[in-house]
Amino acid sequence: MLTILLDGIAYGMLLFILAVGLCVTLGLMNFINLAHGAFAMAGGYLTITLMQQSGVPFLACLPAAFLFSAALGLLLERTLYRHLYDKTHLDQVLFSIGLVFMAMAMVDYAYGANQQIVNLPDYLTGRVSFLGASIGVYRLFVIVICGLLAAGLQIVLTCTRFGSRLRAAVDDGRVARGMGIDVTRIFAVTFAVGSGLAGLGGALGTGIISFDPTFPLKYMIYFLIVISVGGTTTITGPFLAAILLGVADVLGKYYVPAVGGFIIYTIMVLVLILRPQGLFSRGPAR
Amino acid sequence: MFRRQILKGMAGATASLALASIPAFVAPAFAQETVKVGLILPMTGPSASTGRQIEAGARLWMAQNGDTVAGKKIQLIIKDDTGAADQSKRLATELVINDKVAVIGGFGLTPLALSVGPVATQAKVPAVIMAAGTSTIVATSPYFVRTSFTLPQNTAPMAQWSAANNIKTVVTLVSDYGPGLDSEKAFKAEFEAKGGKVLETLRAPLMNPEFAAFLQKAKDLKPDALFLFVPSGQGASLMKQVGERELAKAGIKIIGTGDVTDDDQLNGMGDALIGMITSHNYSAAHESPENKSYVSAFLKANNNMRPNFMSVGGYDGMALIYKALEKTKGDTDGAKLLDAMKGASWTSPRGPMSIDATTRDITQNVYIREVKKVDGQLYNVEFATIPNVKGSN
Repeated sequence: MLTILLDGIAYGMLLFILAVGLCVTLGLMNFINLAHGAFAMAGGYLTITLMQQSGVPFLACLPAAFLFSAALGLLLERTLYRHLYDKTHLDQVLFSIGLVFMAMAMVDYAYGANQQIVNLPDYLTGRVSFLGASIGVYRLFVIVICGLLAAGLQIVLTCTRFGSRLRAAVDDGRVARGMGIDVTRIFAVTFAVGSGLAGLGGALGTGIISFDPTFPLKYMIYFLIVISVGGTTTITGPFLAAILLGVADVLGKYYVPAVGGFIIYTIMVLVLILRPQGLFSRGPAR
Repeated sequence: MFRRQILKGMAGATASLALASIPAFVAPAFAQETVKVGLILPMTGPSASTGRQIEAGARLWMAQNGDTVAGKKIQLIIKDDTGAADQSKRLATELVINDKVAVIGGFGLTPLALSVGPVATQAKVPAVIMAAGTSTIVATSPYFVRTSFTLPQNTAPMAQWSAANNIKTVVTLVSDYGPGLDSEKAFKAEFEAKGGKVLETLRAPLMNPEFAAFLQKAKDLKPDALFLFVPSGQGASLMKQVGERELAKAGIKIIGTGDVTDDDQLNGMGDALIGMITSHNYSAAHESPENKSYVSAFLKANNNMRPNFMSVGGYDGMALIYKALEKTKGDTDGAKLLDAMKGASWTSPRGPMSIDATTRDITQNVYIREVKKVDGQLYNVEFATIPNVKGSN
């Protein structure tokens, strides 16, 4: 039982890290970036390339994936995304889904359509006993890293000067600008960090899930479920939502395998009927 | 909903690109000399590895046996259906009407083959299934012939071997779609007929990135063995999680069909697979002079890509078309070609094989294999043979 629970939490944590960047851009910057999965894929494929071809150790790949995706995010934000901040949501959706297709085609061309596999280092494989349950070392590793990141993000957003500037910039960009806050720079940094987190999620994901060029579309569903169940106004909302979904998914598949795959969708439908603004959102959706 | 529309749009875009890049051959002056063979394969998308392997197999047959049969020049036309059934059907219609092909072939997945059936029936054009493995497909059109395998054909020997080798209880885990259910049913029926017990039949969604819950369930049920089936190309992520969950250490033997230990990907899956027992119709490590020359020619022609069971489906598919044309002395009438295909038999790289004259399905040897390290690479090493297993009854 505890084993299954921990598996679910690990999966949920992974979903959270993959989706949190989207939560930042969508909730804080009010920008719909469906291409978010492409940044995660970039991180994943960078890890695969570094490990398979250059023999870079796995732990070194994680920051590399973060930096690579963050740099990519910054570049695209400066050149492309910036022009769409004040466009309608439909324009943003069309633009970012176009990016997804371009990313998929590029990865397909460069790596081929087959699943890519990474062989984890020995110290991250195997299982350990934990409170009487046995859990994969790697999943424990994911839980710890993602837990630290979630806590860190929450602290940055609520307790630091940058966090309060960001919230100010989002609530009313014009006034914030008048107060001397460099809104453009804050948005750029936020976008880069969000993309970087996706890249890191992708890199961590290589140990659990497999990567192929359809990754951004395949996981877009999960990102959007996490966001819609958790709401976008906080970090804790999507965090709890991701854990809830991960645990429900794994528990469902374990106890009622016949319908297991649908549980995650059932929860989403129920939440959207009962609380359209998201389970953990404070006010009605904007 | 949203996603489906996107996928459709994508498939449409890719198909129109593919069309633009393949000029239509309208050359009536050569109509008597050229016989066109149209292959519909997933060359892009998630099943692209299947398409690549089959095309390479078909082209290798033509390179080894020349492009002329019974005085006719064979022209191969490859069309990419991206793995979408509506595209397969449209491309089949196009091949039959515009290109006037004598034979169509390919079909990477069961739904793709099923969608082409009515076209083949109406146009009276033989359709050679080179990949799709659900047993019922061939019966859906009188023009279907199969050179790949069927899931029950590959699965039943695994159940027999398990029952004879001290495995009393099994949990099955299959992908929840046609071939997976076929495989589950065949295993359960055969294994329980031999006195074994299937404790639980688990079905994972086809697009399932996470197997943790299913594998933990299997582990907690403590069976003697866990039977696995996922389609070619998806074995890697499943086996990664099987390794992580340390089922072998818990005393559970990992068995399955050879789809999981696909030769194309086997090497990358890591040493966790060593010792896994599978049953299948083809292994690149099959011991025969035909296979030795096949594998070395294939590696040479394809930048060291290892041939898998899909590639022999394409290779033998072309072999069957050549044999049929020889027999009809170059006559491309659909019914005559079909008659010539029925009952054909020859020695393929996989071993002896034949096309059953009544069912039009493939009869071939099925081998029990173990994953072993040979010269630093992972291979499915065959150690037992079940001769002449029928594809369907």
